[in-house]
Amino acid sequence: MLAWTIYISFLGALVLMLPGVPPRAARGIALLAAIAGFAVTVSGLLRTANGAMATIVHRSWIPSLGIEYHLAADGISLLLVLLTGIVAIAGVLFSWNIDHRSKEFFALYLALIGGVYGVFLSADVFLLFVFYEIAIIPKYFLIAIWGSTRREYAAMKLALYSLVGSAMVLIVLIAAYVIAGAKTMSLLALSQFQFPVHFQMWAFPLMFVGFGILAGLWPFHTWAPTGHVAAPTAASMLLAGVVMKLGAYGCLRVAMTLFPRGLDPWGFTVLGLASWNDVFSLLAVIGIVYGAMVALVQQDFKFVVGYSSVSHMGFVLLGLMTLNRIGLNGAVLQMFSHGVLAALLFAVVGRMVYDRTHTRELAALSKMHLSKAIPFAAVTFVLAAIASIGMPGFSGFVAELQVLIGAWSAFPICVVGAGIGIAISVAYAWRAMQKAFFSDTGLKDTAPLLPPISMPERFGALTLVIASLAVGLYPQWLLNLVIPALNSPLFDGLRKGHW
Amino acid sequence: MSVFPFLSVLTAVPLIGALAILGLGDKRRDRARILALVFSFVALALTLILWHRFDSTSGELQFQELHAWIPSLGAEYHLGIDGLGLVMLLLSALVVPMSIAASSQIRERERLYFSLVLFLQAGLFGTFTALNFFHWFIFWELSLIPAFFLIRLWGGPRSASAATQFFVYTMVGSVALLLAFLALFQCTGTFDFPRLSALAQSGQLVPAIAAHLAWHRFNPEQIALLIFGGTFLGFAVKVPITPFHTWLPLTYAEAPTATTMLLTGAMSKMGVYGFLRIVLPIFFPQIRSVLTPLLWLAVLTIVLSAFAALAQKDLKRIFAYSSINHLGYCMLGVFVAASLTGDAASLTASKTAALDGVILQMFNHGLTASALFWFVALLEARSGGLRGLNDFGGLRRVIPIFTGLMGIALFSSLGLPGLNGFIGEFLIFRGVFPLSTWAASLALIGLLVTAIFILTILQRVFSGPLNERWSNMPDLTVTERLAVSVPIGLMFALGIFPQLVLGIINSTVIRLVQQVRY
Repeated sequence: MLAWTIYISFLGALVLMLPGVPPRAARGIALLAAIAGFAVTVSGLLRTANGAMATIVHRSWIPSLGIEYHLAADGISLLLVLLTGIVAIAGVLFSWNIDHRSKEFFALYLALIGGVYGVFLSADVFLLFVFYEIAIIPKYFLIAIWGSTRREYAAMKLALYSLVGSAMVLIVLIAAYVIAGAKTMSLLALSQFQFPVHFQMWAFPLMFVGFGILAGLWPFHTWAPTGHVAAPTAASMLLAGVVMKLGAYGCLRVAMTLFPRGLDPWGFTVLGLASWNDVFSLLAVIGIVYGAMVALVQQDFKFVVGYSSVSHMGFVLLGLMTLNRIGLNGAVLQMFSHGVLAALLFAVVGRMVYDRTHTRELAALSKMHLSKAIPFAAVTFVLAAIASIGMPGFSGFVAELQVLIGAWSAFPICVVGAGIGIAISVAYAWRAMQKAFFSDTGLKDTAPLLPPISMPERFGALTLVIASLAVGLYPQWLLNLVIPALNSPLFDGLRKGHW
Repeated sequence: MSVFPFLSVLTAVPLIGALAILGLGDKRRDRARILALVFSFVALALTLILWHRFDSTSGELQFQELHAWIPSLGAEYHLGIDGLGLVMLLLSALVVPMSIAASSQIRERERLYFSLVLFLQAGLFGTFTALNFFHWFIFWELSLIPAFFLIRLWGGPRSASAATQFFVYTMVGSVALLLAFLALFQCTGTFDFPRLSALAQSGQLVPAIAAHLAWHRFNPEQIALLIFGGTFLGFAVKVPITPFHTWLPLTYAEAPTATTMLLTGAMSKMGVYGFLRIVLPIFFPQIRSVLTPLLWLAVLTIVLSAFAALAQKDLKRIFAYSSINHLGYCMLGVFVAASLTGDAASLTASKTAALDGVILQMFNHGLTASALFWFVALLEARSGGLRGLNDFGGLRRVIPIFTGLMGIALFSSLGLPGLNGFIGEFLIFRGVFPLSTWAASLALIGLLVTAIFILTILQRVFSGPLNERWSNMPDLTVTERLAVSVPIGLMFALGIFPQLVLGIINSTVIRLVQQVRY
């Protein structure tokens, strides 16, 4: 059933490429496909009583290599599929005004979403990799054709970073496949195989970095801000909201389950670091603080949000590296939370503000009375900003709280770093909000006449705010999916070794 | 356990009201004020019913609601009130309609204004009823956002900087509070206030810290002190205690006066409430270990703010400093209650008196201070926004009724026997004196200086030669008279029958004193 999320998206993309379809119907078809995908997910969610792994489709594909077409979902994939569905709908609503080659735009958009669904639902590593690659191509075109500031550069940078990351992942995958006897690519089977420890010691970091590039792992994050900024609104929503989660998902789902011993101590220390676990937690914390500090000094509104994504994804990686239940819960929840909130922030900046004012310079925006001209955008931004800095009641709080609790027992020193990161995040959110919407100084006499916020935008914003609020007030919905998933045999190695 | 979820409904009423007001169409925007008033009266009626059904002979938590929420995080939906909670609910339910009635200055974006006020009330109700940190913290922070926007969007010329200061100070306090509670959760696995306080009483808190939080250079007592420091900071900013008070005068002066009523009448009580509900029952050994410095802080708060009030020229700033001063007495009572008394009956009685006084003072101050700011709002409405100490003179002759009623409120603030302010302060001094004579004696200076600046106001504004500019100032209208006579009546009622409040809180205080004996 859930497999239809993938098929519907690709089908939608195909339909949009048919010559007979009028361009004006494109957005409607895209919305229909996005809603259908979401509906399928919800019905799938209602049927699964718990978050344990359940196979959806299982066919042989390339028998000689032991590669199978195997789709399966556990709680973590369900949660991310749900996120994808929500962001996909909102993304269409926020690109309602696309006129330029709209058929191609939405076709690529749906292809990207189909690829993302595919990654989250694959239980065969080869299949997962194929979908992972499928997702790269539409990203490139979405930015290169419909993007703004330095779009060719940004698109190329993003594609290159993604491809380098994929190459690293692929090398390790092939090595692992060979070492495990070249019989199977099944995630579960590989995760049960005891790889030699010295192999895991180099395979793990290579693969973690390979996936981590897409998750904005510092110092390999630089594609993210430029890519987010150059992308058209819907694409930045998907990039920050969902595509970055592909990386984090890969880290958790493949790197950490296949090579759990790669996290063991090396037996010696370098600069106080004694294992890859220490190294990556340190990088995560640096990402949190660095992203926040850079966001604090940006002049371009969209760059503020772009760097804030790097900072918030640092929490995901830190949560993964705590290797305890509560930290992992937090990491997965943070993926959802950041997905929703980053999408909302990009929607406000890219669609509500930039499409109306045609500038993203904070200095220029501060002269425009935006809180009076487009109050809805101001309110939405304030809600999104306070939610993302961790205001209780919104999803960011429960997610970061759990990461912090987990980190508190794993690396108390990291909590201090993360705490500093949160403090700076308050500052940059505050600064952006003041400058863009509530500035008093240097105002022009009258508020500019801007087109009012349209209905699709209102619906889109409402969807995302409600999602964040629902998770913030009752995270148990999602935790009921995540907790059983972490008990599955897939995480055996990690559980035995570390928690 | 009561069957009917009274407290949830009570919190939901203002929330629904806020949403209803936001949903008013453009054509009916003028109904926002009326609608807000209606909802706040419904909330008031509910709290009165709650009072009626409250069993004041028991100091235990009543009307409890307990549901699982996020088991893995130790978060539960746990509500309940004892005497302290009920008094705070009554106060909030009273101050909010007063503030709405006083908000005639608010002439733009009324829908947003009144819905924010009701959001704030929901935040207050939630804070005063939640018993699980997770749940409580949501409301604690929820109240911050509407307050910020009320100050920012409707405040005076320097409201941007006031709102920012308010937000930054409280946010820093909140982060400290959050980190402290994360550490506590790490050690005990629970966010539940009653459970944490039970752990503290049985002396298991420090061993739990020793078992779970080993920072090599600190011993467990020091870590406990550090955690206490975090919570202390969180609440000290809110009360505020010197030297964390600097946000307050600017904020109170710049906020629209009706909002200041809410800030001083109800929100400032959140800090003292936090001390009574959370800090005292959980961290009393830690308070005890640094009792002398804490008492110094309280005394400094009392004395310095009184002198600062004396130096002000703006009525709102005077009352702002006077607020700090009055809550300083509360802090004195709270800290002294943590001192070690064991089973000595006379000392236990002193602590009971001090805590009785603290809660009574919270209620009284909420009532009196918001009434005083209301009078300032009425005065501003007549003077075109002027509110300087020297802008007036001889008003007694022009607006005698206004003068009389505001005089009563001023004397109540000064602590005149027969009015409400007296009993609370008297009980605090009665309790503090035997336990810490020096602190009580020094704090007396505060009382003295308060008398001076209150009398100065009476003299400069209402007596003396009439400032001709105001010779046509209209006196209170009948509606206004009726409205302000409610708090004035309550001042008399409480001054003469303090038992009204003491009856509610007595059992609670006795239980609290029992908890922090050893």
